[in-house]
Amino acid sequence: MALLEVVTGPILAVQEFYLLAGRALRNMFREPHYSDDIVLQMDNIGVGSLPIVVMTGFFSGAVMALQLARALAQWGQTGKVGTAVSITLVRELGPALTSLMVAGRNASGMASEIGSMKVTEQIDAMRALGTDPIQKLVTPRLIATCVVLPLLTIIADFVGVFGGYVVAAGMLDVNGRQYWTSVWQALGWDDVTQGLLKPFVFAFVIALVGCYYGLRASGGTQGVGRATTQAMVAASVLIFVLTFFLTRIFTSQLVSAS
Amino acid sequence: MPRGTSSSVLLPDAPPPASAGVLRFEHVSVAFDDVPALQDVSFEVRQAETRIILGAAGSGKTVLLKTALGLVQPQSGSVHVFGQDITRMTEQQLFGIRSKLGMLFQESALFDSLTIEENVAYPLVNQKAIQCPIEDVSKRVREALRFVELEHTLSRFPSELSGGMRRRVAIARAVVTTPPLLLYDSPTAGLDPITAHTIMALIIKERDLSKIATLIVTHRYQDGALMANFRYNPDNGKLEPARGVGNNITRTTKFLVLREGRLVFEGTQAELEASTDAYISKFRKQSGG
Repeated sequence: MALLEVVTGPILAVQEFYLLAGRALRNMFREPHYSDDIVLQMDNIGVGSLPIVVMTGFFSGAVMALQLARALAQWGQTGKVGTAVSITLVRELGPALTSLMVAGRNASGMASEIGSMKVTEQIDAMRALGTDPIQKLVTPRLIATCVVLPLLTIIADFVGVFGGYVVAAGMLDVNGRQYWTSVWQALGWDDVTQGLLKPFVFAFVIALVGCYYGLRASGGTQGVGRATTQAMVAASVLIFVLTFFLTRIFTSQLVSAS
Repeated sequence: MPRGTSSSVLLPDAPPPASAGVLRFEHVSVAFDDVPALQDVSFEVRQAETRIILGAAGSGKTVLLKTALGLVQPQSGSVHVFGQDITRMTEQQLFGIRSKLGMLFQESALFDSLTIEENVAYPLVNQKAIQCPIEDVSKRVREALRFVELEHTLSRFPSELSGGMRRRVAIARAVVTTPPLLLYDSPTAGLDPITAHTIMALIIKERDLSKIATLIVTHRYQDGALMANFRYNPDNGKLEPARGVGNNITRTTKFLVLREGRLVFEGTQAELEASTDAYISKFRKQSGG
């Protein structure tokens, strides 16, 4: 009996998650649309996350330049540091680190906000007063995250490449023009495509995981705390897992194309 | 009212006949993770009638109200609101029914991010079936807040109000749409005796002015006794004992007692006071009666 519960628990959780995802997506095409809430969430997630995304992007680019320059120096290719930094940032680190920062800040924020509403019966009140909580709370957060996360990633990529430039020009004596030329020449459309597709997929994970844990919160303030932690951990782990699979899909396409 | 007969079929927006059941539970059972919360509960509330639901903590009082609103789906049995079986309705269909019900939640459940004005306006703006013209919203919100004597709090947020004031705002939000059935979940829980009396006076005032059906869940017998024995005098704005010719408040007010999800008593105050059941008499004793 206990073994059955161990098996059925996660299966039911996955089923509930997919039901929530389905209803949130369906609501995108149904009235009413809460455009004010979408704008509010875009401000909260986008503008609110900008400082940490910029900081993370800049220093990850700078660290990449320092580390890769050491490896490239063995073959006398320090001048190629821009190539290495741009490809690594645009393909992998930019989307992953930006999404992790937003997951840490906003998946947990969504879980705690919606969770607090759940345990204080505000979700029930919303339903009693003629509003679908998924339409009002989940769909605007999903739309807002899907719009702003790719934009934040673009900013993080650019700031990261700039961080690499600061290190390359200031510490490695790499010519600035050479750095930016290598950055520009290294990037192909497939890099940009996967660099923007990944945050779009991660946006679904962040918004839906945050809202899912918030909506199933129970047990007062302790339950809200638990939901917040679970949302952040689940979103972060899923981002890493999905990064692997998305990268695998893109690399296999490149291999088959060549 | 038998199901399936032509006389029992009500149009969605038609007002119920005077004798019609506003709310009817038929053998309703609710369980959460196989733990029963309500077991085979049956009762009926008609227009302008009052039901006081007494029960210890965890006896299923709140679940009963949420089942009446369609927020909780029963495992078996049926719930009829204004003649319509809501048990098989979708969430979208339930929105229409819920617009005819007002609910005061246990912890008020005001939206933290909205002002008091926006909170009270919420059902008028969001319930499609209400169809309140946008230019009338502000007027009706002010009227509802005036009813609970909190008109001056329009631009404030719930966190800036005391517990009793939040409860009064929640009453204003429940009555702003003038629903024919009001559900109150422990309206005096956690309040001092003076504020609790103010809240009960508002509930009695709303019952007597609007002649609506009222379902009130409480663990305080004195709240029920107040509902069963007092009426609102619109001339002096105070409560007074409901005695004399024409008084039917005591007759139309019945007590229900829940114990571990089961309805163990239904009757008038006199019948409740005559009961020798140990569990039922505990509620009577708590008020010193």
